[in-house]
Amino acid sequence: MDGQIVKVKNKRGVRVIPGFGLSMGVTVAMLGVFVLIPLASVFIRAGQLSLREFVDVVTSRQVVSGYIVSFSCAFFAAVVNTVFGLLLAWVLVRYDFPGKMFMNGIIELPFALPTAVAGISLTYLYSDKGWLGAAFDKIGIEIAYTRVGITIAMIFVGIPFVVRTVQPVLEKLDRQYEEAAYMLGAGRGYTFLRVILPELFPAVLAGFGLAFARGIGEYGSVVFIAGNIPYETQIAPLLIMTKLEQYKYADATAIALVLLIISFVLMLLINSVQIYMQKFCKD
Amino acid sequence: MRSIHKIEIVFMILLMGILAGCGKDADSAKGDSIEILNVSYDPTREFYAKYNELFAKHWKEQGGQDVNVTQSHGGSGSQARSVIEGNEADVVTLALAHDITAIEENGLIDSGWMEEFDGSSAPYTSTIVFLVRKGNEKNIQDWDDLVKDGVEVITPNPKTSGGACWNFLAAWAYWQEKDGNDEEATKEYMKKLYQNVLVLDSGARGATNTFVENEQGDVLVAWENEAYLSMEEHPDEYEIVTPSVSILAQPSVAVVDSNAKAHGTKEAAEAYLKYLYSDEAQRLAGENYYRPSNEAILEEFSDQFHLDMNLVTIDDFGGWDEAYNKYFNDDAVFDQIYGQ
Repeated sequence: MDGQIVKVKNKRGVRVIPGFGLSMGVTVAMLGVFVLIPLASVFIRAGQLSLREFVDVVTSRQVVSGYIVSFSCAFFAAVVNTVFGLLLAWVLVRYDFPGKMFMNGIIELPFALPTAVAGISLTYLYSDKGWLGAAFDKIGIEIAYTRVGITIAMIFVGIPFVVRTVQPVLEKLDRQYEEAAYMLGAGRGYTFLRVILPELFPAVLAGFGLAFARGIGEYGSVVFIAGNIPYETQIAPLLIMTKLEQYKYADATAIALVLLIISFVLMLLINSVQIYMQKFCKD
Repeated sequence: MRSIHKIEIVFMILLMGILAGCGKDADSAKGDSIEILNVSYDPTREFYAKYNELFAKHWKEQGGQDVNVTQSHGGSGSQARSVIEGNEADVVTLALAHDITAIEENGLIDSGWMEEFDGSSAPYTSTIVFLVRKGNEKNIQDWDDLVKDGVEVITPNPKTSGGACWNFLAAWAYWQEKDGNDEEATKEYMKKLYQNVLVLDSGARGATNTFVENEQGDVLVAWENEAYLSMEEHPDEYEIVTPSVSILAQPSVAVVDSNAKAHGTKEAAEAYLKYLYSDEAQRLAGENYYRPSNEAILEEFSDQFHLDMNLVTIDDFGGWDEAYNKYFNDDAVFDQIYGQ
């Protein structure tokens, strides 16, 4: 698509849509200043370590356990968010009920709220003295200061992603498909699984990927609800902060770099599945 | 085409201009008012808010300009890091000398800062005590009670919190003294102590919140001043227990020479720290639960503080550099305690 727009030029070689030079210039400047240069500096900082030192830092037991905690909790949180996000989007698009606008509005609140505030209030609620935590405590489930707590904080910050990616697709989905499926004798479950879900799948996957990535990098809210005990509830971003506090900048960026690379590979995988699915659906 | 390129260039210059404008201008010393930025650690908030007024009055009386002191608070380590990374502090008043040394190593503070003011540049001191819930259900009296089964301890992570380093060293000193310097035995006790730690917060204020607001744990190992502050805010809910052995915590102060010179505030910054040793300021420190370094004034507060505690000092550990490398660096004692 992009290529087509760029190619549309009149005889004098001037583009039909004005402002390409300006908008491209601004885009490159913005990307450079706010994304590429900071990312490049991560690589440069980490480059201060020799390969041996780098490997030692990122394979130390504490750091590896930090990665495991971060990735596993973020994964579970993203799965939960995918299921409930899909449900939320479905309810918001397909049904009318009083308070719908209000409900739609509060979905974004986890974005607007400073994450530290979210972390402090979640901890307050879910600790064994808080009223939600106390209820769970009675049936023997501890939430705050465990990996369950970490997952809950990540669910909180990731809620909007799946809802907001699925919602527009669901709104545009032609109901005739469902009617046709019904006319042809498909049951409700079958219609949902074989007609609606494949249409939504790319959006669901994109939402899952975003929620997953957000969970991996989440620091502000998680540190409050995690007990931060080494090998148990220390997340990778906390280890990065710890290294910084010890003035070990290169070590910190080494951990960050590995986090970045793993996240990038995961995103790439998710995107390729998405592209594959889109082709598959078309055929 | 030409005009578009011009617009582009103008836009880029404007953008750069906006970004550059975000930086801070350094010419605050001109005129008859002067600005000092004091970068400090968490629990000093209340003390310096009052001290700044005291100093402003003093400086004016001495024929100086109007002085406006801005405070910044946070974990001691991260505050030091912000100064290294370009926070334009004129003075730093941090939790431990190690953090100021880190700034010195980056060339912002002249070496020998520790001799610049009395008492190793620590105008007030504190120590480490236990804060327990009213009634002291678990009967916590000394360090040995913290390693008993079922006792839940709250203390921050020494890798990120200055206060937590003092906590660790105070506990270490107790068992060293008790076991006649048997390091392995002490390590075992320390291991048990940290097994009882329920939440390892990243800073002292965070740990206080975990203990006070979220009601976690039976005992908070805390700065003496922080413990008194919690008592003041929640009377009848807590008790302070002083262990038989603790450590003399010396929060250090220093002028950030290169910043103060650039701002033209060196003279005022030096006076600001020197005045901390005056009788008025020492009394103010005492009222804010810091132990005054002036012995006579400390005596005035003998009802408030337990002055008969057995306090070791950082020199007993060979100074901060040695202590940090031995206990808190990567794979040092603290990591070993968790590592096995």
